[in-house]
Amino acid sequence: MSLDEFFVTGDPLILASQIAIGLTMIGLIALVTYLKRWKWLWSEWFTTVDHKKIGIMYILAGVLMFFRGGVDGLMMKAQTSRPNLEFLDAQHYDEIFTTHGVIMILFMAMPMLIGIMNVVIPLQIGARDVAFPKLNALSFWLFFVAAMLFNVSFVIGGSPDAGWTSYFPLAGKEFTPGVGNNYYAIALQIAGIGTLATGINFIVTIVKMRAPGMTWMKMPMFTWTSLVTSIIIVAAFPIFTVALAYMTLDRLFGTHFFTVAAGGDPMLWLNLFWLWGHPEVYIVVLPAFGMFSEVIATFARKNLYGYKSMVFSVVGIAFLSMLVWVHHFYTMGNSASVNTVFSLTTMMIAIPTGVKIFNWLFTLRKGRIEFSNAMLWSLAFIPCFTIGGVTGVMLAMAAADYQYHNTMFLVAHFHYVLIPGVVFAVFAGLYYWWPKMFGFKLSEKIGKWHFWLFVIGFNLTFMPMFFVGLDGMSRRMYTYSEGLGWEGWLGFSAVGSIVMAAGFAALCYNIYWSFRYAPRDIGNDPWNARTLEWATATPAPHYNFAKIPEVTRLDPYWDMKKKGETGLKKSDLKPVHMPSNSWTPIFLGVAFGVVGFFLVFEWFTLAIISSIGIIIGLVANSFDYDEGYHIPVEELEEEERAWRGDLK
Amino acid sequence: MLKFKKGMYYLLLLSMPLFLAGCESKLVVFDPQGPIARSLTDLILFSIIFMAIIVLVVFLLFGVIVWKYRARPDNKDYEPPEEKGSHVLEIIWFVIPVLIVIALMIPTAITIYEVEDIPEGYEDQDPLVVHVTSADWKWIFSYPEQDIETVNYLNIPANRAIQFKMTSAGTMQSFWIPSLGGQKYTMANMQTNLFLVADKPGSYMGRNTSFNGKGYAHMEFEVLAQSPSDFDEWVEEVKNTADPLEEEKYAEILKPGVIGRMTFNNTHLDWIDHAHGGSDQYIDSELYRITHGDEEHEETDGHEDSENKEDTNEVETEEEADVHGDSGHDQ
Repeated sequence: MSLDEFFVTGDPLILASQIAIGLTMIGLIALVTYLKRWKWLWSEWFTTVDHKKIGIMYILAGVLMFFRGGVDGLMMKAQTSRPNLEFLDAQHYDEIFTTHGVIMILFMAMPMLIGIMNVVIPLQIGARDVAFPKLNALSFWLFFVAAMLFNVSFVIGGSPDAGWTSYFPLAGKEFTPGVGNNYYAIALQIAGIGTLATGINFIVTIVKMRAPGMTWMKMPMFTWTSLVTSIIIVAAFPIFTVALAYMTLDRLFGTHFFTVAAGGDPMLWLNLFWLWGHPEVYIVVLPAFGMFSEVIATFARKNLYGYKSMVFSVVGIAFLSMLVWVHHFYTMGNSASVNTVFSLTTMMIAIPTGVKIFNWLFTLRKGRIEFSNAMLWSLAFIPCFTIGGVTGVMLAMAAADYQYHNTMFLVAHFHYVLIPGVVFAVFAGLYYWWPKMFGFKLSEKIGKWHFWLFVIGFNLTFMPMFFVGLDGMSRRMYTYSEGLGWEGWLGFSAVGSIVMAAGFAALCYNIYWSFRYAPRDIGNDPWNARTLEWATATPAPHYNFAKIPEVTRLDPYWDMKKKGETGLKKSDLKPVHMPSNSWTPIFLGVAFGVVGFFLVFEWFTLAIISSIGIIIGLVANSFDYDEGYHIPVEELEEEERAWRGDLK
Repeated sequence: MLKFKKGMYYLLLLSMPLFLAGCESKLVVFDPQGPIARSLTDLILFSIIFMAIIVLVVFLLFGVIVWKYRARPDNKDYEPPEEKGSHVLEIIWFVIPVLIVIALMIPTAITIYEVEDIPEGYEDQDPLVVHVTSADWKWIFSYPEQDIETVNYLNIPANRAIQFKMTSAGTMQSFWIPSLGGQKYTMANMQTNLFLVADKPGSYMGRNTSFNGKGYAHMEFEVLAQSPSDFDEWVEEVKNTADPLEEEKYAEILKPGVIGRMTFNNTHLDWIDHAHGGSDQYIDSELYRITHGDEEHEETDGHEDSENKEDTNEVETEEEADVHGDSGHDQ
């Protein structure tokens, strides 16, 4: 392989990003060196096992990926804004919609949600960390390395170009012989291992580590949805692991699982992919539902309406999510009976989802609704998501789907589900839990700009797509001819995407502004909240709780405040056992990344040699007998006094 | 069943102005040109009524609640009550969606079965069989009874059921003529079946909706529905003027690329039916290799030919194609 094949050359857009990436890297390294922060970075962040710091790193990576995926989206909108434009060529466009999809789902939505889960869940259940802190760090580093590996594809070797669904036979060596789709198979496999570990970690954490008294039906809603999400992860991700392994074998070693030749079965890929892919939608949407529940209850100043039916709905949705995958390919020529059954199971999902919508509405009823930024996002979610939901029911009706399938109508639908369902939730969660992470609020005023620009831009961008889809435009078309009547809709949509991007810019500015100027004296409970994460200092101390709280009912912190039981007795303080930092997670992550990179290019000798790194990491980890350390009572006392004033 | 459909129609008529007021010209899905497309459109409109009602109810409730219970300076001391929930209300909003799902499921199931067959009223005549073979990035239509073949355009007689027997020579495509009916995938090594009918003569757009690489956006074809006599005349003309398709020529056509219209006086089914395997002999992955940033190469719109990278190759094919296409449309 010659050097000009190795690096992607010749495209001015890509050349510019190559230079930009190079300069940014040099700039970052120079900055950290100048500030003499390498040691701090290593010991405070890279080797940390603290769930809060890991969560923050997840969120940071998620915001970065949001930017990358968003730029992809803007480029797609620019290219289709007029007929016959030549801003991007077909190949470039194909790569961009592929990376847009993969990045937004797997490297933006997932880390954002897992990041917030990481920060909040242990605090919300009154625990000091997750069950397996070191595994948690490994999950993060595997995800991060996979995201970097996937992103490097557009400057080295070429990006995947078979869509985020990577349908075979197209994604096979027969039709895409380059390394692009190797990146897909390898990077997603590495990220998938991390996610699976996260799933296991959170199931054990929530099942085993809840504060005394927090029975199943006293768990906060976000904890419930995170638990159910983790269960779906453990149920669904292994399917994807197997599918990706087959894909890797097909592409790297010439097997015939999914090929046209030699009796391969491309339809098997579609089935396996969606057996994971549909539950994946609920993996990202359910935690979002949980966040909305917390935010809505807090700012309506009411407890969540119909808590029990909310719990049953979440469990019901999770159960049904495994039974609907065929609705992604009604048009494959299944028998009428198969399509009928899957239409029914798919439509049934609307029932528990409808229950949730009405419970949220009735939580708001008789409340005293404060329009804080977190609340605005949660409120905007309800109408926007309803549109996504009803169009989902329309798509669920197999016969009607024959006319929507693979069209822009479908694209509009899933953006109406995923943007209100996930992105709005992430924004709500960020505004709500930001103080918990950093000790200051994001500016409400700049936040309003962020909110209105983004929500209006979102509707402008995706509403026209419903209509252009019903007018016969299929998805993933890099260009179209004049006179089809599409350019009006698509031009409108392109303008909308710029407004949405301005909203995102407002968020970035908000973070910068608030970091510099926002007041720091906000107390431990800035929102007058209801759940345990607010019962400790804000930002949370590294040991979370000096004394593990006891729970007697739902919304325990609300109850404690009512009864005036938020204080801490000095006699209750005991030394706190904490896990030590570890270098093995980041080492293993990087080792996986190196092996993955060599596998992408099918340099097997180098891959085998470098896999020694993985073995070293695993062995070192197995012989690590570090039992952690104890925080002495004096230190706890000092830290607690700092925000509580005197102890009782 | 018929009664049910009649009821549906009345409901439809009543609510049509509600949701179609916004769309001035007819979107293709709402402008069916055949019985199959019409039953799909009816189902879609029927579902839109329910969806419109749901959206209306939720939006109204949402608007009223958010407005009425917003925090105001004068209700500062208002302490919202603790509400556990209400069994009656929760059962209501559980049962209503269940009823809606049932109401939508019945016509859905009926339509799913309906569109798998020759539509009512067209059974008296045997359907015209057309074999569809999709390739990168073109459509090949074979008429076994007439023993003719076309590329990238499809002529059919109006008012007669057409039975499409569909397969692919490589990647997966989806065959869709929205004016006439719903879509279905075409896949190598297997055959899918689709019935469509055009009510009256006319020209409709057909396209691939399943992404399959660089030339995907150009995988469109024209469907020309003709009166039966015009159709017969066209077949006659093709038989008299078009050249036969040879195996080498066919292999050339299957190479990845975007080409124009072509017409032949026999079908490739004489030597291969991709539904039954054998496609791999035509697949050459080297032809799919991409060279990043090779501007000239990109210009050819996905037509990649390792032996002959010059644009002339494509132009030739296109000219050739036009000739055949013209003869095909001489009516």
